[in-house]
Amino acid sequence: MSRPQSEAEYLARLVPASVSATSSRRTVLKGALGAGAALGGAGLLAACGGSSSGGTDATAGASGSAAATGGEVTFGSNASDEIPKKVVQALADAFKASTGTTMKVNTQDHNTFQENINNYLQGKPDDVYTWFAGYRMRFFASKGLAGDVSDVWKNLTGFTDGFKSASTGDDGKQYFVPSSYYPWAVFYRKSVWAEKGYQVPKTLDELKTLGAQMQKDKLVPIAFGDKDGWPAMGTFDLLNMRINGYQFHIDLMAHKVAWDDAKVQKVFSTWAELLPLHQSDPLGRTWQEAAQAVQNKKAGMYVLGLFVTQEMTANLDDVDFFTFPEIDSTIGSDALDAPIDGFMKAAKPKDDARANALLTWLGSKEAGTVLTKTDPTTLVASSEVDTSGYTALQKKSAELVGSAKNIAQFLDRDTRPDFASTVMIPAIQEFLKNPKDVQGLCKSIEGQAKTIFTS
Amino acid sequence: MTVGGSDLPVVNPATVAKAPAGGSHKGAPRGGRVRRLTGNDRIVVFTMVIVPLFLTMVFVVLPAIASVVLSFASWDGIGGISTIKWVGFENYKNIATNYPPFWPAIRHNVLWLVVLFFLATPLGMFFAVILDKNIRFSRFYQTPIYLPVVLSLALIGFIWQLQYSRDFGLINAILQFLGLQEPDEAIDWFGDPDIAIWAALAASAWRHAGYIMLLYLAGLKGVDPSLREAASVDGANEVKTFFSIVFPVLRPINIIVVVITVIESLRAFDLVWIINRGRTGLELISALVTTNVVGEASRIGFGSALATIMLAISLVFITIYLATIFKEEEQ
Repeated sequence: MSRPQSEAEYLARLVPASVSATSSRRTVLKGALGAGAALGGAGLLAACGGSSSGGTDATAGASGSAAATGGEVTFGSNASDEIPKKVVQALADAFKASTGTTMKVNTQDHNTFQENINNYLQGKPDDVYTWFAGYRMRFFASKGLAGDVSDVWKNLTGFTDGFKSASTGDDGKQYFVPSSYYPWAVFYRKSVWAEKGYQVPKTLDELKTLGAQMQKDKLVPIAFGDKDGWPAMGTFDLLNMRINGYQFHIDLMAHKVAWDDAKVQKVFSTWAELLPLHQSDPLGRTWQEAAQAVQNKKAGMYVLGLFVTQEMTANLDDVDFFTFPEIDSTIGSDALDAPIDGFMKAAKPKDDARANALLTWLGSKEAGTVLTKTDPTTLVASSEVDTSGYTALQKKSAELVGSAKNIAQFLDRDTRPDFASTVMIPAIQEFLKNPKDVQGLCKSIEGQAKTIFTS
Repeated sequence: MTVGGSDLPVVNPATVAKAPAGGSHKGAPRGGRVRRLTGNDRIVVFTMVIVPLFLTMVFVVLPAIASVVLSFASWDGIGGISTIKWVGFENYKNIATNYPPFWPAIRHNVLWLVVLFFLATPLGMFFAVILDKNIRFSRFYQTPIYLPVVLSLALIGFIWQLQYSRDFGLINAILQFLGLQEPDEAIDWFGDPDIAIWAALAASAWRHAGYIMLLYLAGLKGVDPSLREAASVDGANEVKTFFSIVFPVLRPINIIVVVITVIESLRAFDLVWIINRGRTGLELISALVTTNVVGEASRIGFGSALATIMLAISLVFITIYLATIFKEEEQ
């Protein structure tokens, strides 16, 4: 089982086949057109933006200038699965309806898109394409393979500062327009907790006490699976941000701090204290199997992304979550991993004005509405979008991320991919095998990090 | 990459020296050193040498050389050749001293070879010998043994995951059903690094034995029955007949079996990649190469160095093999 690579992909898995089968193309279209009509089209938004800043008129896009209406703009999409594909099609239809410009979609298989991204961006990429926030975005921006969209951002009104900083490259310019996201948290079944009278832990000590109680109650306190190598990174991220704070996470990911720093060792040693509360033998277990332990009421809680609920669709109403408890009161618990998916622009788009127009539109309330209407389980990034149709879980997820002071992406999205996959996955798995030698482990990570980050 | 027909060297019949009249090779003096080929023969020979040579150069030799060259570089695959930084033996040094998965990978590759060679291959040959006995329902037995060879390795990996899953796998379920195992003591087949390699080897041997069985069975069917009759008239028992008569007669097949076993164990990759991307206990050089080279921000130089090491190991076996073959040819 592969990890859902985009939020749309993992959300697509949440939709039961029966639901997705009934949402025909026509209803999608109707919804999209309805949304467009209700808002008076993107022209309204763009007009607002255009009037605020004279310099952006040329790129404001849909403000009615001849350059940006009609014609076509190419869109490289990794949305190869059914539901994400529908979302992209609905976006294309709505964009055409409101601006008259055709969004020509080139869909590639999701994994192929990702593995070929180097070649894709160095070749002739589409003007606008799907990608992820974080280092994965900043890396290509710093290599000159992504287009500056700072002008587009002058017209975007629906994003919090958290989203803006997640869209900003190393040079302070924006290179990314967010679309959707999902938070990482601690998930549990309400019925189990109500039956045993468990309370949501606010601190690490409370978490440990709760874990001990669960063990007495013959429950595995924390379900755990790391066969795929990445799920445990989520636990590492949360522990690191609770112990050392968000800025340390960012510095560590950029290798501005050494991996054998005492602060990193503290993350691992704290984790080692918690490991007895985790489900044993995680290295042979996929996250889906671990989620089954929670679903079958054998485990009390599970640290994972919102996509964990796709393994619990039968009891979705019974699923709840809380943010990972505070460890250091001076650090608090207002940072979390919430990977963001969105769109980027080619470094040299064939049609810059239309590419900007499309990106402006994709960041608009209208596009966000199309997204939520087409895929009712999406957490939409724009705060302007009407989210009254959200499920309780979606609402709570949105509130959690909205109240977060800092949003990290994820270990493998915030650092160099070569470091994450060739060093961190084996290192964390080694730690789970042998949690005792934290010092040796950190030294080994740092030794490898040095060679990679200096290359 | 264009390897179209137009790129291939074609010999114009008109320019080829005419063979002397009546100079077909039939008419050439027997045992003579000079063999004259007709124009057509020359074209055929020339094409048959040049085309494979060209393809080998383009697809095998040049990439191999490129890998060796790149193994001295540090490059993320972005930008032109000018962005390549040359670092000497840095990659090799890092692999040996600063890359924890490397030495386990070497051990696993060797173990893979040893197990396939001494367990799976003899097992496959044994199956073939048994099935060659014309026992009843031999076709019925043959099918399940050969079946895994037909299945893709991706599918095999998936099948074995279902067997080996710690919480939901068939093997642990059976053990627990038989009361041999408590649920909390379930064996973590693919997660425990000491067990994972054996679990994967069992899956690999399962497939390899079927492959060898089929090859060997085909060979056994071709053994002249009169040889066996003669042996049994001379009073040799089954075992003796096999080792003294049949096995030596099957020398060409034996060589193929050895070569295939070595190749299979060196290129063992698909299975571990499907299981867990060649991590925790299933490290193989080939999987490490893939992890480092394929993907978003690739470590081209580092991965190439790993590939070069794999090439060197392969060359050892290939050299031994070729040396043996040539030696025997001379005799």
